[in-house]
Amino acid sequence: MVPLSHFLILSAALFIAGTIGVLTRRNALIVFMSIELMLNGVALSFLAFSRFLGSLDGHVFVFMVITVAAAEAAVGLAIIIAIFRLKGTINIDEINLMKG
Amino acid sequence: MDWIGLGIIVAKIVFFLLVGFTAAGYVMNLAERKISAFMQDRLGPNRVGFWGLLQPVADIIKLFFKEDVVTDRASKVIYFVAPMIIAFTALSALAVIPLTDVLTFFGRGMAIQIANLNVGILFIFAIASLGTYGAVLSGWAGNSKYSFLGGLRSSAQMISYEVSMGLSIIGILMIFESLRLNDIILGQSPLLWGFLPKWGIVVQPLAFIIFLTAAFAETNRVPFDLQEADAELVAGFHTEFSNSMKFGMFFMAEYINMFTSSAVIVILFFGGWQIPGISTAEIVSFFISLGASEFFASLFTILLQLGVTFAKIAFFMFLFVWVRWTIPRFRYDQLMNLGWKGLLPLAILNILATGLVMVII
Amino acid sequence: METMLFYFFAFVAVATALLVITRRNPIHSALWLVLCFFSLAAVYVLLSAHFIAIIQIMVYVGAIMVLVLFVIMLLNLSEKELGDAKPTVLKFCGVILSGIFMVLLADGVKVLAPQAAVSVDEKFGTAEMLGRLLFTDYLLPFEIASLLLLTAMIGAVVLAKKRR
Repeated sequence: MVPLSHFLILSAALFIAGTIGVLTRRNALIVFMSIELMLNGVALSFLAFSRFLGSLDGHVFVFMVITVAAAEAAVGLAIIIAIFRLKGTINIDEINLMKG
Repeated sequence: MDWIGLGIIVAKIVFFLLVGFTAAGYVMNLAERKISAFMQDRLGPNRVGFWGLLQPVADIIKLFFKEDVVTDRASKVIYFVAPMIIAFTALSALAVIPLTDVLTFFGRGMAIQIANLNVGILFIFAIASLGTYGAVLSGWAGNSKYSFLGGLRSSAQMISYEVSMGLSIIGILMIFESLRLNDIILGQSPLLWGFLPKWGIVVQPLAFIIFLTAAFAETNRVPFDLQEADAELVAGFHTEFSNSMKFGMFFMAEYINMFTSSAVIVILFFGGWQIPGISTAEIVSFFISLGASEFFASLFTILLQLGVTFAKIAFFMFLFVWVRWTIPRFRYDQLMNLGWKGLLPLAILNILATGLVMVII
Repeated sequence: METMLFYFFAFVAVATALLVITRRNPIHSALWLVLCFFSLAAVYVLLSAHFIAIIQIMVYVGAIMVLVLFVIMLLNLSEKELGDAKPTVLKFCGVILSGIFMVLLADGVKVLAPQAAVSVDEKFGTAEMLGRLLFTDYLLPFEIASLLLLTAMIGAVVLAKKRR
């Protein structure tokens, strides 16, 4: 069996890939996908801990994470569409209506 | 993992690929043309080989040697990959389909099924949902309005009907209490009141109707072939795949999907490989009483069950063809209305009714 | 065998994750993300989370990413709108900060005492066991999740509807 730490390193790597995406990309859709990557990284560490502790509670958390991701996708994409209609762009640097 | 086990798995994969390509691809291609010809009072293909039996071979040779035209400003990689995604998803769904019961050969339990997953039915749904990618990507990659419209239509349709399809089988899962396909089949073996097999269609008739309708929509067959409505969209998402082998993959995938859908219908609603009222052990002991050795008794049983499964599947494949040449196409709004306002509430009602009945009994 | 599979899929997952955040065209990003989710599902299977792995493919790959592809295609961004015009200094800072974060996380993992996996029975991670847990200990969160989905559904319809 692969040691727990390797699963956690993989999970951390995915999470970091997500954060790099969020910090460096300006396209709202790619930022959105990066967030999905981060969620998956977290889900992986839940599952790894769950397997190594022999308890199923981690699976329930992942189940909830996936539910939230589905809800987030629906609302997030609807927001992206609405913003594109309003501003004609999805560059998140140009979306600054709330800035005083 | 031992080498014999590995060899058996490889042999099974080869067998399923053969079934996919010959039974689903070759035979259905020919059968569809012959049956449609019969229904329209034509002769159908009758030039190549005896009674036109070699016509698909001629078609394949033609497809191989056709020039591979790529549209201008198409997105090359995706254009190349999309047909493969479609063929891949169609073939990999076959991996969990059980065609026979588990029988003993040389002390080793064997069934004609590649993987007996504990989430078998969900696997089929997961793989089926990937088919959407093939449609939407091939529609987009060709850089053509017709094919793009076809791709969007097809994926919207597949997503919509997947919902009712998934909900319709919940009743079945509640009754047979398993996601494993073999368990579902075994759960259908008892007889109700001594004569009626406890098949899915008997205990869940409404689910069967919903599932069948959704299966037509999922496989993109008439009356739901909106994405390739020839009169409006030329040929839908595969318009730009001229006539090269890529088109062949779409063509093949459609028939393999039909085969998978029919197999799933047979497994969920018609008892899979079962002959009503006769268990596998009884068949084996029947062959042994005829004087066959244990090995041959198992072999005959497995062949018999294979025959039974294929006969049931063949009936539904015929139904697909029959419907295609009988019923006209829906309009797109009618399709969406049927999916969301007709089938979906019915499926939820079915779950509710099943739950109530199960609580009362 | 299992170890080899893990490293293979882990490599694919990380490589595709990096491709997701570096591709210019969002469609390519989305497709690499699909592959990433696939290899993650394979890793989940290695952790004997069969049900979650299938759900991952059904929900993430089969529903969420299809929706994302749909939106990308509907917006049909032109070359100009795709532009990721951003001072490279900031990009550099982002990468550096994330790198530091990665080092911190890895350090945390290193502190962790090596632990042998508990042996689990055949049923670990099946729909049956998970369902039992969901409908007993976690019933309230489960019901609230359904409310969340309903809210999201209504919200998405309201947001994406054309104003009249």
